[in-house]
Amino acid sequence: MAAVESLPPGTPSAMRNAFGTVLSALILVLIGVLAFSIRLFSVIKYESVIHEFDPYFNYRVTQFLSKNGIYEFWNWFDDRTWYPLGRVIGGTVYPGLTLTAGTIWWVLNSINIPLSVETVCVFTAPVFSAFASWATYLLTKEVKGSGAGLAAAALLAMVPSYISRSVAGSYDNEAVAIFALIFTFYLYIKTLNTGSLFYATLNAIAYFYMVCSWGGYTFIINLIPMHVLLCIVTGRYSPRLYIAYAPLVVLGTLLAALVPVVGFNAVLTSEHFASFLVFIIIHVVALVYYIKGILTPKMFKVAVTLVVSIGLVVCLIVVAVLVALVASSPTGGWSGRSLSLLDPTYASKYIPIIASVSEHQPPTWPSYFMDINVLAFLVPAGIIACFSPLSDASSFVVLYIVMSVYFSGVMVRLMLVLAPAACIMSGIALSQAFDVFTGSIKYQLSSKSKDNAEDNTSTKNAPKDDASSGKTDKGEEVSKERSSKKGKKKEREPAEKLSVKSKIVKKKALVLPLEASIVALLLLIMLGAFYVIHCVWAAAEAYSAPSIVLTSQSHDGLHVFDDFRESYAWLSHNTDVDDKVASWWDYGYQTTAMANRTVIVDNNTWNNTHIATVGTAMSSPEKAAWEIFNSLDVKYVLVVFGGVIGYPSDDINKFLWMVRIGGGEFPHIKEADYLRDGQYRIDSEATPTMLNCLMYKLCYYRFVETDGKGYDRVRRTEIGKKYFKLTHFEEVFTSHHWMVRIYKLKPQKNRIRGRVKKLKQKTSSGVSSKSVKKNPWM
Amino acid sequence: MAARNWIFAVAVAVAVFLSLSTFSSAQDLQIVNAERRIDLSSHIVKAFLTLKVENIGKDPAADMLLAFPPTQIKNLAMVQALAVMGKKKKKTYLPLDVKPTEQPDAPNDAGYFLVSFATPLGPGETVTLEVLYILTHSLEPFPVEITQSESQLVYYHDSAVVLSPYHVKQQTTFFKTPSTRVESFTSVEPANRAGKEIKYGPYEDRAPYSYAPVIVHFENNSPFAVVEELVREIEISHWGSLQITENYRLTHGGARHKGVFSRVEYQSRRSITGSSSFNALLAVLPPRVNSVYYRDDIGNISTSHLRTGFKKSELEFEPRYPLFGGWRATFVIGYRVPLEDYLFEAPDGRRYLNFTFGCPLVETIVNKLTLKVVLPEGSKDPSAVLPFTVNQDLQVKYSYLDIVGRTVVVLQKDNVVPTHNVPFQVYYTFKPIYMLAEPLMLVSAFFFVFVTSLAYVHIDLNIVKK
Repeated sequence: MAAVESLPPGTPSAMRNAFGTVLSALILVLIGVLAFSIRLFSVIKYESVIHEFDPYFNYRVTQFLSKNGIYEFWNWFDDRTWYPLGRVIGGTVYPGLTLTAGTIWWVLNSINIPLSVETVCVFTAPVFSAFASWATYLLTKEVKGSGAGLAAAALLAMVPSYISRSVAGSYDNEAVAIFALIFTFYLYIKTLNTGSLFYATLNAIAYFYMVCSWGGYTFIINLIPMHVLLCIVTGRYSPRLYIAYAPLVVLGTLLAALVPVVGFNAVLTSEHFASFLVFIIIHVVALVYYIKGILTPKMFKVAVTLVVSIGLVVCLIVVAVLVALVASSPTGGWSGRSLSLLDPTYASKYIPIIASVSEHQPPTWPSYFMDINVLAFLVPAGIIACFSPLSDASSFVVLYIVMSVYFSGVMVRLMLVLAPAACIMSGIALSQAFDVFTGSIKYQLSSKSKDNAEDNTSTKNAPKDDASSGKTDKGEEVSKERSSKKGKKKEREPAEKLSVKSKIVKKKALVLPLEASIVALLLLIMLGAFYVIHCVWAAAEAYSAPSIVLTSQSHDGLHVFDDFRESYAWLSHNTDVDDKVASWWDYGYQTTAMANRTVIVDNNTWNNTHIATVGTAMSSPEKAAWEIFNSLDVKYVLVVFGGVIGYPSDDINKFLWMVRIGGGEFPHIKEADYLRDGQYRIDSEATPTMLNCLMYKLCYYRFVETDGKGYDRVRRTEIGKKYFKLTHFEEVFTSHHWMVRIYKLKPQKNRIRGRVKKLKQKTSSGVSSKSVKKNPWM
Repeated sequence: MAARNWIFAVAVAVAVFLSLSTFSSAQDLQIVNAERRIDLSSHIVKAFLTLKVENIGKDPAADMLLAFPPTQIKNLAMVQALAVMGKKKKKTYLPLDVKPTEQPDAPNDAGYFLVSFATPLGPGETVTLEVLYILTHSLEPFPVEITQSESQLVYYHDSAVVLSPYHVKQQTTFFKTPSTRVESFTSVEPANRAGKEIKYGPYEDRAPYSYAPVIVHFENNSPFAVVEELVREIEISHWGSLQITENYRLTHGGARHKGVFSRVEYQSRRSITGSSSFNALLAVLPPRVNSVYYRDDIGNISTSHLRTGFKKSELEFEPRYPLFGGWRATFVIGYRVPLEDYLFEAPDGRRYLNFTFGCPLVETIVNKLTLKVVLPEGSKDPSAVLPFTVNQDLQVKYSYLDIVGRTVVVLQKDNVVPTHNVPFQVYYTFKPIYMLAEPLMLVSAFFFVFVTSLAYVHIDLNIVKK
């Protein structure tokens, strides 16, 4: 790209420019196709089906929306979940995704393309990842030109971290939210670069879309103020910055408050305070600049002292009010999830329900390599490239990557926010490196033909010679590039040198030795190839499993474990439509969506007590559990058990969380009762409480008859209690591989039996009075 | 069309006339010998009735009546009659016309079918008829609810003697049960049981409308696969294929399952538990079938196996879970067959689809079958030709990029059994130029987009000149 731009203007250059535009448009289209098609592995390897847990809820909401229309949707009170409380779906859901898919479905159907809602939902995520890579192109183009933009878009199209959330079927908020995030950032940078109010308005609308889509919008509304503050502090205030920021806060907050799930939170919670604070600051700064412009320097000084003294008083008052406000709320105005971001240990201390979700755990180092791969090594180079020269736009992306690295370190889920930043940085790094290498090859080849000897000596001496620093400088960058590939050994030194020197020799062409640049180019291409291979592998093998159907490859072919759908289908066809099904909250969304039965708790963990009630029932002995479930009008209890085929994420492995969450609300459940010497075990060493709790019994009921020993393949041990009978529950369905077991609460027979007993044993009152005491329905 | 209507009207008139005349001469026929074999081995009851009919009147008889008790008439899925021609070695069968009819003085609401002889039966002549009738939902489970380990016992109600408006000189009835386990059977002397067969008769000289109710209580563990509703949609694309989509709502029509379903017993002691349940089904699909899928509302079902052959293809599949009495399952089977095997051009220039009616699943009863033939957009004058009466209707369906919509011929029939799997034809007229409508529409849409973008690039919309 640089080569194209450096050519003198004229007809051939115009032709080349036009050609370049068409070429980059073509490349962009191909990138879109790549982004879409790399996400189709799940459809090809498995089937076109909605994945996992949350997507099923979104799918169900979309179905409702497409059937009943938007107004019904806003008012939707869902009585199929959180029985008997219900849930106001319209007011508690981020509607962006469902509205998007619903609109797509409506448009397609109105032009007589009869795609089902499910198909639209399955393919929403891949389509939006194509959009996201185009948005990345736009954003990076604003920062470092279209070459970097194309590179970043190509990288984003296949970054594994983003693929993991946007494969076909992964119909979750993040699928559209990442596009909205990048696009909002692009419009912010665009406004910052142009100062156009048009783009500022668009930016507010894009922000509105983001607010609709994902709770992660708070990242935007904190990052942009931070950048504004950074610009002001570093003396980069300009009217463009004001145009970029002030309309966004005003319009954006107004629009955000329109979304029911956000509502007044947009002005009340602490997540948004930073933006208002910076809003005030930018006005003060704007005023100061304005006054500075109209006053003489002397007058200005007087004014400053005056304003500062008054301003300090006002500020103190405002701060005091704020502190009082914040202090009055127990969590300091922060939501639990935000707090656990600021204090990573918060959740594990106070909210076990947040801590119990695996995607809220901090990531491990291998997961960085898995999710962003070589980008992790290219990012530092990109950051350095952003500093030469530092512009408003490039300072923003630097800030973006710094913040997102922190957040991804707290919660593995937020790796998703890091991925675009890493792609932008790596795109910049790659494009700059390619510019330099190809430029120097070109220069070397042309100068060789002109003057061979002179050029050769200069390049050979380059590393030692400080005077011909243009070449040295780049030589160092190459060495840095290579070292960063190997593991960023000596990164600091060349980086510092570079930033100093680059200022001195900005104008001079950066030239490297021919051989070195060719080798470096080849290495870079190899690096890219490695990245592509890794991404394709990750998309095909690691992230495409729908988790609703499991497969295993064994010597006698492919085995399919379709137990979840088997039992959901059984529930939906063979139980009464108003029956209530109790299970651990993980399966709530799937049960409502696939089995169409009312559940007690689901993945929207808004009511801790309710979940704790189910957890308590699961951890209680059979009779107490029966009483709890009966009081909740439950008819069926569903447990997931992996002991027969070795499916590790089953209810027995999740059981300690049930105990913890249950114990948090109902103190008679104590975690220690379920642990033998601090160890969680289900074999003969297990505690009696453990062996008698409902979860144990429901999972292992008649399990011993499968192999005669009761060997649990997940825990790799024989179970502790093998032969027992159920008194209050009866098995009504067990799936083919025993992964899902459904039990029915036995009807209240006891009353009749008790009465009979009483009639029979009127004289011998000992037994009957006992049974009366035990039986609360007498 | 007009000609057809006219013929139909004449046929009805003739039939009415004949039935009236028959009634007058009803007593002129007598059945010399009746042998009835009732096959109770599956849940579709097949009765083979061999009648030797003699005309003892003076006038030639053009037809005869078959009578059915009211309990059977509503479950009667099909009645077929064949006239046996020739002697033992070179027997030929001639299909006869059978149609339901009403009789004004039918005793106890008996139902009637009218069999028209190929040639009127002269006085003193005899003819041998082979009648096949099929009953559905006629096995009544008793006990009504069974547990997993019990086997299924059913009642079958019938008469020991053939219900007939004519005098029957001699008759025998055989019931064939699926196993030797017969709990009880009503004894109407002479009646005896040998192995899987219960024999009633021979009975001599029974007056018209004799009836001797019998109940057979026996074990029947054959799969009671009942499709409550089946919607088959056959979409004709003149680009070269027929797309067939079949929506099933299947249920187990036998004794209701009671209490526990234990997987461990079902898996380890398969031979003795769940004997009345079924989990394997077989669908007979056309040869050269391709793109077969088997799924339900929540996704693909992986337990299926397809064997393609030259005469037919077989799709073996299992529902998601074994079906016990009263359990339900829904699923969709879809497949595609090449157009040239099923679409032909009639001599008068119309096109017609020649496809199989009925349900591809073997040994199943379909309570309500709706067959929709989706004709290509722009086709006109649809008419369906079937060997039996069905409800017909026309609908319009909008599919990919349709503007005027596609005509849908809807054929609807209740109580369908595998014997209904016979070819039917749907005639329509279609101009091939309509095939190009949608491609041309797409081409013009893209052309329009390009032209507008071309125009947009070249038009300066700025208010202020730069």
